[in-house]
Amino acid sequence: MSGVKCTSNLFHPDSALDYLPVEQLRQLQLARYQAIVKRTYDKVELFRKRMEQRSLRPEDIKSLDDVAKLPFTVKTDLRDTYPFGLFASDMSDIVRLHASSGTTGKPIVVAYTQQDVDVWASVMVRTFAACGLGKGDIIQNSYGYGLFTGGLGAHYGAEALGATVIPTSGGNTERQIMVLKDFNVTAICCTPSYFLHIIERAGEMGIDFKALPLKAGIFGAEPWTESMRVRIEKEGGIKAYDIYGLSEIIGPGVASACCAQEGLHIFEDHFYPEIIDPQTGDPLPDGTEGELVFTTLSKWAMPMIRYRTRDITRLMTEQCPCGRTVRRIARIGRRSDDMFIIRGVNVFPSQIEEALLAVEGTLPHYQIVLTRTKGLDNMEVQVEVTADLFSDKIGAMEGLKQKLGKSVEHIIGIRAKVSLVEPHTIARSEGKAKRLIDKREM
Amino acid sequence: MKLNQLSVFLENKPGRLSEPCKVLADAGVNILTISLADTEQFGILRLIVPDWQKAREALEKAQCVVNVTEVVAVEVEDKPGGLQNVLQAMEEARLNIEYMYAFTFRRENKAIIVFRFEDPNTAVKLLQQKGLKILSSEEVCQRVEG
Repeated sequence: MSGVKCTSNLFHPDSALDYLPVEQLRQLQLARYQAIVKRTYDKVELFRKRMEQRSLRPEDIKSLDDVAKLPFTVKTDLRDTYPFGLFASDMSDIVRLHASSGTTGKPIVVAYTQQDVDVWASVMVRTFAACGLGKGDIIQNSYGYGLFTGGLGAHYGAEALGATVIPTSGGNTERQIMVLKDFNVTAICCTPSYFLHIIERAGEMGIDFKALPLKAGIFGAEPWTESMRVRIEKEGGIKAYDIYGLSEIIGPGVASACCAQEGLHIFEDHFYPEIIDPQTGDPLPDGTEGELVFTTLSKWAMPMIRYRTRDITRLMTEQCPCGRTVRRIARIGRRSDDMFIIRGVNVFPSQIEEALLAVEGTLPHYQIVLTRTKGLDNMEVQVEVTADLFSDKIGAMEGLKQKLGKSVEHIIGIRAKVSLVEPHTIARSEGKAKRLIDKREM
Repeated sequence: MKLNQLSVFLENKPGRLSEPCKVLADAGVNILTISLADTEQFGILRLIVPDWQKAREALEKAQCVVNVTEVVAVEVEDKPGGLQNVLQAMEEARLNIEYMYAFTFRRENKAIIVFRFEDPNTAVKLLQQKGLKILSSEEVCQRVEG
C-alpha cells in the first residue's frame, strides 16, 4: 500500500472492506453473486421467466465471466411490475419502502429488509469515511427526507459513523444558511447545483462562506463536472466530494470519491459493476467508456441483477493513491437518457456546461431550450449574466456572447444561439437541476 | 475629476427598463442623465446619479447586475462647432472614445457631454492640457440640480 491514506486518524472499521485483497474480493463477489442469482430466480417471477427463455439455471454461473449471460434489468421493469412485483421478500420482512419521484407516470418502488437497511448505513459510513469525515463532524443533511432515498440514506449512515446529524432536508435556503453558520457545520450533503445556490444566496446575505467551519460537501444525485467541482471548492472554501448512488440499487452509498478525488470507489463487495455498450449490451473491457450496470450482491428485499443505470462512465482499475483496492468509476458527467438529439447530433447537457465553463468567468447557471420552427431544430443556451461577466461596453458583451457560442459550437459541433439573461431569471432547483427545456413537438 | 457611472444589464423585453428606474425612484435617487445602448437581445442602461453608492446598493438589492465605470464629463460650448472643437482636441490627443452621451440641460450656453475612455486618468490629463473644462462630480450635480 503506497501513497496517502484518507482516513488515517479517523479510520472506521467498516472501511476495512475497501482494502480487501483483490483475490479475496473476487471470491466474495462470486459467492454472493451465485447466492443472489439463486434467490432472485426462486423469488422473482420476471427474472425466472427471462432465465428460462435463455435456458439458463442459477448453477450456470460458475465464474464472474458467466454473469454476462444473464438478462439485464431496466427501469421499465420496475414500472411494469409496480408496485411490488420485483420484491423477493415477504412484506412482513420488509422494514422500509422508498419510491422515486416519478416524473413520468407511476413511480418506482424499492424495498429494504432490516439487513438491507444495515448494509445501506454501512456503505454510507464508508462513503463519509472516504470523504474524510468521522466522529466529531457535524453533518448537515440537505438531501430531501421522504420517499427519496437521499435523505434517510445519508442520515442513517452519518449516525452510524458517529457524527452529529442535522436533518435539515431540502429547501428553505435561508434557514439552511443559518444552520450552516450557527451550528458550526463541518460537512453538508446536497446536490452540487443546490450548493451553488446556497453559496450564491449566502453571498447576497453578506456571509463570508470561507470563514465558516464547513470543510466538506458530499455531493450527489445529479451529474456534474470536474470544473464545477473546482469552482465549488474555490468559492465555498471546501473539499467537494462526489458520491454516487441510485434508488434501484440501494440509494446513496454505491460509490464515493476519496481524498485522491479521482474517480469514485465502488463498494463492490455489495455492488458488482460492469460496463456495457449501451447499443449492443455487450460487456466492454476495463477502461472503456460505456453504460454502467450493477448487480446488488447482498440486497435481500429487492435484488437487482444487471441493472442498467443509464449512466455513462468507465471502470478505473489502476491502484488509487488512497490505497483502497475496490475499483473506481470515473466521474459521471452524463446519462444516456439525458442525451438529446438535435439535427442528428447527440448532445449531453454536461457538454454544454463544459463549453460555458471553458469561457473564463462564466458561472454555470444556464438552461438549454430546444424549439422547432418549420421543421428545423434550434438550440438556445440561456446564460445568466453576473457581475463578473458584465461590462458597460456593448462590444464586450457581444464578444462574450460570441465566445460562448463558439465554445459550444467547438464542443458539440453545431451552432447554438446564446442569450444573455438577467440574474435569477432561470429557475433555481432545490433538488436536481433542470437544464433542458425541450419545446419541440415531436 | 471623473464621474462614477452605473451600468445595468437589461434583457430586451417589455417592462425591463422601468424596473431599475422604479428601484431608484423608491430609493429616492434622482437620475442626472441616462443613456441606453441596445442590441437585439439585450441592452445596457448607463446612469449618472448624485449618490452612486446608494443607487448601486438599491439596484443590487433588487438583484440587478450593476457595474461601476469611471467616465469623464466635458464642458462643451453650446453653439455650432462646440462639440467639434472638443472632438478635435481628443483626436489630437489620440484618445479613442468608447462611447458618449449628453446631459439633457444647458446653462449659460454650456452643455455637458459624458465620455467613456479606456483610460480615464490619461484622458483627463490630456484634455486639461488642451484647455478643456473637465467637470467634477460636485460641479455636475450643482449644474444639473442647480
